[in-house]
Amino acid sequence: MLGFVVKRVLSAVPVLFMVAIIVFMVLRLSPGDPAVMIGGPNATPDQLAALRESMGLNKPLLEQLFIWLGAIAQGDFGVSLVSGKPVAALVMDRFGPTLALSLSTVVLAVAVAIPLGVIAAWQQGKWLDRLVMTGSVLGFSVPVFIIGYVLILIFARTLGWFPVQGYKPLSAGFHDFAIRLVLPSVTLSFPYIALIARIVRTNVIEVMNEDYIRTARAKGMTEGGVLMHHALGNAAVPIVTIIGVSIAMLIGGVVVTESVFNIPGLGRLVLEAVLARDYTVIQTVILLFSTIYVFINLGVDLLYGLLDPRIRY
Amino acid sequence: MPPKSIRPGIFKTALLSLCLSTAGLAVQAETTVTAVMHAPLRAVDPVISTAYILRNYGYMVYDTLLARDSKGQPQPQMASWTVSDDNTTYTFTLRDGLKFHDGAPVTAEDAVASLKRWSQVDKTGQVMASLLSDMSVVDEKTFTMTFSEPTGIALIALSKPSGLAPFILPKAAAETPISEPITSTIGSGPFKFVEAEYQPGVGATFIKNEDYVPRDEPADGLAGGKVVKIDKVVWTTMPDSMTAVSALLAGEIDFYEQIPHDLLPLVEGNPDFTADVYRKQGSQNLARMNHTLPPFDNPKMREAVLLALGQQPMLDAQVGAASDYGTICAAVFGCDSLYASDYRAEDIIQPHPAEAKAILDEVGYDGTPIMLMHATDLNNLAPQGPVIAQQLRDAGFNVDMVSMDWASVVARRASKAAVADGGWNMFSTTNVLPDVGDPIGFIGVAAGGESAWFGWPNVPEIEALRGKLARSSDPAEQKQIGQEIDKLVIDNGVMVPMGEFYNVTVKSAKLTGQLDAEAPVFWNIEKAE
Amino acid sequence: MTQTPAPDTPIPPARDLPEMDSAAPDGGFGALVRGVLSSWPSRISALVLGAIILMAVLAPFLGTTDPVAINPALRLQGSGPEHWLGTDSFGRDVYSRIVYGARISLAVGAGTVLVSLLFGVFFGVITGYFKWADIIVMRFMDGLMAIPGILLAIALVAISGATLTTVLIAISVPEIPRIARMVRSVILGVKNEPYVEAASVLGTGVWKMVWRHMLPNTVAPLLVQGTYIFASAIMTESILSFLGAGIPPETPSWGNMMADGRTFFLLKPELILYPGAMVSLTVLSVNMLGDVLRDRLDPRMAKRL
Repeated sequence: MLGFVVKRVLSAVPVLFMVAIIVFMVLRLSPGDPAVMIGGPNATPDQLAALRESMGLNKPLLEQLFIWLGAIAQGDFGVSLVSGKPVAALVMDRFGPTLALSLSTVVLAVAVAIPLGVIAAWQQGKWLDRLVMTGSVLGFSVPVFIIGYVLILIFARTLGWFPVQGYKPLSAGFHDFAIRLVLPSVTLSFPYIALIARIVRTNVIEVMNEDYIRTARAKGMTEGGVLMHHALGNAAVPIVTIIGVSIAMLIGGVVVTESVFNIPGLGRLVLEAVLARDYTVIQTVILLFSTIYVFINLGVDLLYGLLDPRIRY
Repeated sequence: MPPKSIRPGIFKTALLSLCLSTAGLAVQAETTVTAVMHAPLRAVDPVISTAYILRNYGYMVYDTLLARDSKGQPQPQMASWTVSDDNTTYTFTLRDGLKFHDGAPVTAEDAVASLKRWSQVDKTGQVMASLLSDMSVVDEKTFTMTFSEPTGIALIALSKPSGLAPFILPKAAAETPISEPITSTIGSGPFKFVEAEYQPGVGATFIKNEDYVPRDEPADGLAGGKVVKIDKVVWTTMPDSMTAVSALLAGEIDFYEQIPHDLLPLVEGNPDFTADVYRKQGSQNLARMNHTLPPFDNPKMREAVLLALGQQPMLDAQVGAASDYGTICAAVFGCDSLYASDYRAEDIIQPHPAEAKAILDEVGYDGTPIMLMHATDLNNLAPQGPVIAQQLRDAGFNVDMVSMDWASVVARRASKAAVADGGWNMFSTTNVLPDVGDPIGFIGVAAGGESAWFGWPNVPEIEALRGKLARSSDPAEQKQIGQEIDKLVIDNGVMVPMGEFYNVTVKSAKLTGQLDAEAPVFWNIEKAE
Repeated sequence: MTQTPAPDTPIPPARDLPEMDSAAPDGGFGALVRGVLSSWPSRISALVLGAIILMAVLAPFLGTTDPVAINPALRLQGSGPEHWLGTDSFGRDVYSRIVYGARISLAVGAGTVLVSLLFGVFFGVITGYFKWADIIVMRFMDGLMAIPGILLAIALVAISGATLTTVLIAISVPEIPRIARMVRSVILGVKNEPYVEAASVLGTGVWKMVWRHMLPNTVAPLLVQGTYIFASAIMTESILSFLGAGIPPETPSWGNMMADGRTFFLLKPELILYPGAMVSLTVLSVNMLGDVLRDRLDPRMAKRL
């Protein structure tokens, strides 16, 4: 078991290395001179040359790459080309809102999707199942920002139950914190609920047809008991997997949702950075998101061992 | 529970300790104004960038030596002045009680260093510097400016309200080279910047500067006493105007600097809000051609563009069809300015596709596409590109409109390369009327080739006239020179005026007292409970 | 997933794929279509999709005007005989833009499928077949997969400038690793099948072998994957446009229409809702068809998603 864990963790290293190389290449090969960005409109050619020299832009690309990787290894992510603030500080500033939004979305999505999936499986082929399944395809098919706007229109503007926009940290009080997260989380959870509910349904149906479930039924276990004890338990592995895999989808949604609800998180940071060509910030945020993605999937892999007794190491 | 009799005492102590613990820090402000400005604050150097949000920031944190009153006359602000009889030597004396936010007194050294840095960047500042033979510190509070010939430029320059206003920074910050942005936020202005709450692109917080000593005169324009009547101002960014208006309607923000005109019906007639237009914050649209690249190195091609373009469709797209918030205006320096002119008004205001086409035929335009940069992410600029493109196409131009965000336009317009190598033929933008109405400072008319604004027009006559205007102190002569510049600008296609429009500031009805000034300033504003 | 046989493999390894038996023998496209259209939801989806395709093809003949022509004097009009669905903030005809928008959306969907399949299959084949390529290319693919697709796409568009081509590439790139992985696993799975080894012993060339004996196995999963990529590309295009990193705003695409309509949502929600409904309808019907296709062709994948 330990050997497996070590092996999996080590296998994440080359992936992250690759991510770093890809991000570096994409940004460096793009037209536009970072020195001009930093130097601003008033920089003279001499100043630009000096800037290029000090930033190492004159060196061969490969050398630049290693210098950059070395700096990252030491925790030095550079300074924002636009605001002049350290990138690490900017990212830390924006991490809280995104984490809060993501966590509340995952919790909400799981809490809603599992019962939906189980009900659909239990009612397989009946109208309730069809309703859930159609709803879930719909959840995939409506752009997230449309859901967000419609929710704002109904629950914030017309009914006035929630604030329209904004974010307050937990330190400002739980109520203020939570009430601003409701609409964004609901918005963001739509495709997620759709996805998870489908997986739950498929897996529960599959497990229900296994012999041991038939045995449990024959022994007089209630349908609810069968569902809860056996079916759902055995469906846990694929469900956990899909939560891990779809974290990428969640990150995409975060960018949009933060923009609609004006949440000062990483999604907006990276969008602003992209629009302002703030390369150091783009690099760092993409790297961070990718690291999170890799580690969540690593965690999922490891969880596999715990949840699925059939897997041996 | 303590006996009843001592409870008020405990309460008082608690209150006192609460006050003490928060004093000096961001006070739990009794009156906070939450504002959505027209752009997010991402940098804090008010001198090297002409971004208007930095000007607005400058008026919060910094102070200026002189300031213009509501009639546009220079008045003392931090300093008063005397002029020698021959109009060549100006002596400025700082008033008492001026202190930077870190407690250091404001000295003449700070003022001189700040003016030096500013005059390297600003167009008016550059003209002033070219006439200046000496600027020296006399004592702690006094400095002099000596010019090689009689001029009134010192007062015009030092009271310049917009574009780059000459804010006074501490000497140490002011000595930063212009290639390096300042990161310090210590000024001597009526508000203090709360560094800890600054999130670039998201929000900025200002608190009342308790140590600021306002002038005794009542506030008038940007002049007079800057009396702060609120405790805290929070600028928050909304990337999406729909969300901003929703937040305004829900009472989450109090101040929306530039509401998209189309959304005005949502607040008009609602007694909870006031919608105000500040004429001095109006803007002029301008189309700009690159004089260094074909086809617009040919004056005839520039003339064809001037004829092809018309103003009304642009204004319709910006502020609503036939809206009162937009006005057609042929004057290069703006129709409200001292230099207003109606030279070739019909040609400028109306589109003339047929005449333009005739010129294209005459020149033998070969259909090479015109690379037009279109900024998509700013409410005022987004409508410009498609309107210009359509009008040029109607006249027979082949237009390649390239859409990008404003930051990319800013980066690309600095390129003098051929279009294929990252250059450009045309772009459009807006300038605020106080900047436009100043022939010396207006970037759109400077025509010194290399030293001119992007597009690099080279018309020596214009430069000579701008210099002459700077040296003139006779209003009638100034007006006549300005109108001559107007003619040269139009005839040489230095820029094409595309109409004027006025932004609308929407505020919660609780806010009163916003000054009619060239920039939105937060002193004098009161917030009712 | 280790392997997924397709209808015309010489020796169908039909081990755990009971449904395949019914689909495979009578073989061919016709049977597949009949199978897919056997239920009402999929028939409706096919009908909707067909209508949208028809709309795209016949756009100029459907009473439309120039979708790019602006007329600021007539902006933000309501529905009327002149403009059936009103006009947008430039006075452009919303109906015409919706109709022409179908072209862009379908083109983005089809283009993305084409580009990502082309590169995905290429990388999948070489990594599945050549060990040396496997190590290098798959590490690269792993890295690419770890970068959130939307972020990569936004960055690519912002950096290379927004044109239809760059947007198409930006949407395709994140899809490539998934295709490559799938193709690779199929190739690895059949590499040791007796019939492949037999062909190898008989001296069949590498490319002929790949073409004749390996790629046919990927057709079914690719078809299924292709529909999902098609749907998600349309969605991604609308998100990119919404975020301001999409196709040039003049282009009549549904994403651009929604981006333009953002400002007016409280006043004229239909400016967002009409194109939003079109995107949803298209994506919905493609997804529905994809589901049915998957159930028919690839029951093992159905268990996963």
